[in-house]
Amino acid sequence: MSDRGSGERTAHDRTGHERTAGDRLRTSIGALSLPNPVLTASGCGGTGRELAQFFELSRLGAFVTTSVMPQARAGRPTPRVAETPSGLLTAMGLPGPGVETFLEHDLPWLIEQDVRTIVSVAGDGVEEYGDLSRRLRGVPGVAAIEVNLAAPNAGDRGGTFGRHPAAAAAVVRAVRAHARPGVPVLAKLAPDATDIVTIALACVDAGADGLTLINTMDGMAIDPHTLRPALTGVSGGLSGPAIRPIAVRCVYQVHAALPRTPIVGVGGIATGLDALEFVLAGASAVAVGTALFHDPTAGPRILRELDEALAARGIGSLADAVGLAHRPAGYVPPQVRPDELEKERT
Amino acid sequence: MSDTPVQTSATVLTVRQVQDYHAMTLVAPAIAERFRPGQFIAVAVGGRHTARLVRRCFGVHEVKSDYGGTVEVVFRDTEPGTSWLAGLKARDQLDLLGPLGRPFRLPRDPVNCLLVGGGPGGAVLFALADSLLRRGCRVHFVLGGPSARQVFGSRMAQRIGDSATVATADGTLGDRGTVRDVLPRVIDETAADVVYGCGPTDLLRSVTQVAGDFGLPSQVSVEEFMQRTGACGTGVCMTCVLPVHGDDGVTRMVRACADGPVLRGDRVRWGDLGTIPFDALGAPRVLSTGARGVTEGSDR
Repeated sequence: MSDRGSGERTAHDRTGHERTAGDRLRTSIGALSLPNPVLTASGCGGTGRELAQFFELSRLGAFVTTSVMPQARAGRPTPRVAETPSGLLTAMGLPGPGVETFLEHDLPWLIEQDVRTIVSVAGDGVEEYGDLSRRLRGVPGVAAIEVNLAAPNAGDRGGTFGRHPAAAAAVVRAVRAHARPGVPVLAKLAPDATDIVTIALACVDAGADGLTLINTMDGMAIDPHTLRPALTGVSGGLSGPAIRPIAVRCVYQVHAALPRTPIVGVGGIATGLDALEFVLAGASAVAVGTALFHDPTAGPRILRELDEALAARGIGSLADAVGLAHRPAGYVPPQVRPDELEKERT
Repeated sequence: MSDTPVQTSATVLTVRQVQDYHAMTLVAPAIAERFRPGQFIAVAVGGRHTARLVRRCFGVHEVKSDYGGTVEVVFRDTEPGTSWLAGLKARDQLDLLGPLGRPFRLPRDPVNCLLVGGGPGGAVLFALADSLLRRGCRVHFVLGGPSARQVFGSRMAQRIGDSATVATADGTLGDRGTVRDVLPRVIDETAADVVYGCGPTDLLRSVTQVAGDFGLPSQVSVEEFMQRTGACGTGVCMTCVLPVHGDDGVTRMVRACADGPVLRGDRVRWGDLGTIPFDALGAPRVLSTGARGVTEGSDR
């Protein structure tokens, strides 16, 4: 399989200008420029080594790590996963090796693979998030920080930071304050808040450079054989195509409210057309999660399919498609080049 | 020959009923040539637009060189995914990943090997027996199950093994009783040097215990635990974890699929499966249990 699916092919955009596929797919999240918009979703790509058995990670726009926490965590007992219609329900308990082991063992390996790495962070309180951000500050190879706001907020009787604008903003502010300037901070939000737009606004006001929409939604399954909850965690996060319409709605609403804030769309993306749907709703990049459990090569495949979908629709560059669904029917996008878009954003 | 697994579209050659199980043979040369006994394949079920996102993982029963290379798996039909597989016909296509996981370690010298199996899991022992016999080992089988129809491969074991002992709970085949009941006697009679096991978790626990009593090393495939708890087969999802203590004495939660499915029996904390032992690396220091359960997003 050739790199990037169609590195040699060119597409004619409406102006007759020729661009390589490499150009067509270029995107950016704040100051971070990416060769293509397909990312892994946090918690779904393992350490990267597991996927690297099947394809070169450098073919991804970026690799998003499993949430890093200050200490090693074993996570929850099994069963941690249940299969649901077109989805998965997971309650993992944020397992991971802890930040020191991650920095010593996992991040250097990812950098060696020549893949941009977005580090997801999660903490037990605002202070821990800030400490993690400070710890990552001097580390080369951290392309961006994604703030997992779905970690349980101990001060909120098991609720999560992402459910309340003030709590979410406090966490984002702490991460942004300690992160190196120029390293984008993305806030990852779950859809089951009262109003995701309010949370998104609070996060952007607190300094988030971009938003990752969406995290899983709370769900539950009961095992008809044991007559008890299917997961040790009782409820779990629902992911996969089952939540895609909700994710698209969230991206659309937030993009309408915050048209200049880059969004990473995530939630049940399994094909190039799914990815396109998120782009049209307003996402500048997409992350593939649950699909990786089913198909480890989903990333490069979705990238190839997205590229073909753009070409088939005569769309000259990914940037031209971002948020297109918000335009009135019949609107033809101006041919904006990615580099001009950069200028416009800064 | 490469160590890395592949993703491939395999053609179904046959699906046949064997006692209470289904045996499915697939044409998958790339997997067949890389396979080592104890490894498994992960099968996508439900076709291209499936609503079932969990791959079904099966240990490989047999690899043959026909049609460029075939792999055969044996499974029990327990849920809609396996029903879909059982209903496949010759020439149907399947999306496969494999070979996955760590294989059985083989002895360097020709020694006496005891292969203990139960249920459909016993199927993987035959690929192992093949390799052991080729190395000049003596191979003895112990197979068990609730009744005759749930003992896989007893006739084949008699044919290829130096001995084969069968135990069923209802006495419909071989001795009446469990594998555990006959194991000490068979270890004595065969002068076994090493014990291999694959089957239900409680069987593996017995195998490990009895082997330990005799001072023998045991290698077991926790395939059945992986099938019950896992989702991906490749190690990305982190759902099939079990507590295993390492050389350093530290207990870690390791993945049945990527760090197994073959593990040293004496390293698995059998009594703690389905828990996070308090002394495991990264175990919660405070156990909070609420009626609601703590709810979290999935970035975990």
